[in-house]
Amino acid sequence: MQRMQETGRLNASEERLKNLLVLGLGGDELAYHAFLQELSAHLRAFLRKRLARLPDEVEDLVQESLLAIHNQRHTYDAGQPLTAWIHAIAKYKLIDLLRRRARRDLLTDPLDDELGLASAADTEAAEARRDLGKLLERLPERQRLPIVHMKLGGLSVAETARLTGMSESAVKVGVHRGLKALAAIIRGDDA
Amino acid sequence: MRTDDLVTLLATGAGAVQPHQVARRYAVAIGWGALGAALLMAALLGPRHDLAAAALLPTFWIKAAFVTSFAAASLLAALRLSRPGLSLAWLPGVLGAPVLGIWLLAAAILLRADEAQRKVLFFGDTWNSCPFLIALLSAPVFVAVVWAMRGLAPTRLRLAGAAAGLLSGAVGTMVYSVHCPELAAPFIGFWYLLGMLIPTAAGTLLGPRLLRW
Repeated sequence: MQRMQETGRLNASEERLKNLLVLGLGGDELAYHAFLQELSAHLRAFLRKRLARLPDEVEDLVQESLLAIHNQRHTYDAGQPLTAWIHAIAKYKLIDLLRRRARRDLLTDPLDDELGLASAADTEAAEARRDLGKLLERLPERQRLPIVHMKLGGLSVAETARLTGMSESAVKVGVHRGLKALAAIIRGDDA
Repeated sequence: MRTDDLVTLLATGAGAVQPHQVARRYAVAIGWGALGAALLMAALLGPRHDLAAAALLPTFWIKAAFVTSFAAASLLAALRLSRPGLSLAWLPGVLGAPVLGIWLLAAAILLRADEAQRKVLFFGDTWNSCPFLIALLSAPVFVAVVWAMRGLAPTRLRLAGAAAGLLSGAVGTMVYSVHCPELAAPFIGFWYLLGMLIPTAAGTLLGPRLLRW
């Protein structure tokens, strides 16, 4: 029943979300921003239901899924139902998280999780425990600087290139690779 | 980090996405992979010296049709497994059809042959090297296809790895069939298939490790 409601709600917004994404893929930044904004609410609802026992992980996983969807957005085909595409990515990230935890729990005291469970608040968690600044520090300069100036500072490619002394294509590549590297750091591949 | 901040970060300067990246990546991968396999074949084996004469035989083209249709089917499988959320329901049918075709033909040929001929039709002269040479030629294609998949988003890693192996096996077989002296359907339907299943098994084993993102 719950799942049917969820599906219905997604169907209703599927068209609108899809339009926003298609516009975004075409280069419309405002539409893309709106898409991601709405997507994060969907992801939160979707993952909260599936991570009922780990509420502290929900927002982290929402962010990880957002990053994954952004990095892999070139695999979306407009002829395909958007919901299926989004859910497949979110489920993939969910299973990946559960595997990671299972592996970690073999090595560490499972009591940690019991405590985490007890202290978890069921409020709207808009903040993940991850610190973007700390994550960015772990990137090499050629990736960090383009992200800091373009993505956080809002500068254009040309301005970022002038400021950092990098070429424009190096700036674009730096952003692209940097966001992929961030996803890798989050899933623990960098170690 | 607040999720709204992440959304703003991702959207800022996101720019347009180049269309048809999946197709382009696969075209590049198969192009380079097939080139690698062809060079390997030319260096180690060489084309069969009676290639021009063999190309006049209908059996040569039956073999080519089987190998090509199987390669096309495995390309479809790899493409669908490279993108999240696509249905795979009809893939077994698409992959099974060329196999069923060659098996039916092989059965018809074997039924009409006598005992001594059957053995020749099935084992040919090269049964003991054919599968391994196919696996060898598929190696460069496998590397290239895994590269293509790593830039996309497979969510079922074991199946995707298997599809990568199958596709590289099929492309490797296409290249190998330029060298291979065998033309009989019973041979093709067993030893070629076995050769393609070697990289498929490797892909199934390695998929989760190679394709994780």
